[in-house]
Amino acid sequence: MSKVITTKKRTSKPAILDEYTNQEISIQAEDFSLADEVTLLEKDNLTDGAVVTFTGRVRNNNNGNNVTSLTLEHYPGMTEKSLAKIINQAKKQWQIGRVKVIHRIGELHIGDQIVFVGVTSKHRQDAFSANEFIMDYLKVKAPFWKKEQIVDAGKTSENWLDAKSSDTDKADLWS
Amino acid sequence: MIKIVFFAALREQLDCAELSLSADKAKTVNDIKLLLSDKSAQWQQIFSNASLLAAVNHDMVAGDHLVKSGDEVAFFPPVTGG
Repeated sequence: MSKVITTKKRTSKPAILDEYTNQEISIQAEDFSLADEVTLLEKDNLTDGAVVTFTGRVRNNNNGNNVTSLTLEHYPGMTEKSLAKIINQAKKQWQIGRVKVIHRIGELHIGDQIVFVGVTSKHRQDAFSANEFIMDYLKVKAPFWKKEQIVDAGKTSENWLDAKSSDTDKADLWS
Repeated sequence: MIKIVFFAALREQLDCAELSLSADKAKTVNDIKLLLSDKSAQWQQIFSNASLLAAVNHDMVAGDHLVKSGDEVAFFPPVTGG
């Protein structure tokens, strides 16, 4: 048997953490303002006539369960890298201008915003398609995990969400 | 040494966030899984789950991906963000 050293706590942050973090990607605990993000996508941007935004929020139900809150975990460094790859794929596939992806982490409550994807383009079709593509790929490729806190007959419990095959099927439609 | 990290439900099941392995023990990601499975019956059962994903240096990889000293290898369940 091999020698395995086990530590229960993470000892250090990956050095690569900031390498892929740029203006297009933000992984944050704080909330964001849709209006501010649209302003940034549009500011001094006179070539793009289309701005498409998507906002995902925490809903109060999942698989029939009464959800009270969610906890979002991610893999610092890899999450940013995978989102950067997805954005680059979108830029190759469609003629788009600016892109912004925000994903929140930590504890979130019913109605809270979780995710934002904003894309600008000269014309609407590329902006619509690229936005949907980024969201579909984020769902199945970016390392985020949701744990939900649920209340059933007054009892609180929590469980990690299972990945949905419908999300994989949807993402596969792009390939 | 190879740094191994675990996330989400996997981390909780193992009660372990990260560990180190000597690089001369493993050539591939699958080798690492086998070494980790040797730790206990519980770890063996957890690492036999075919849906577990693996990444090396922040890129998703298949089980036959080669590993070397200095690599960061991650194991985690299918992702559920968005």
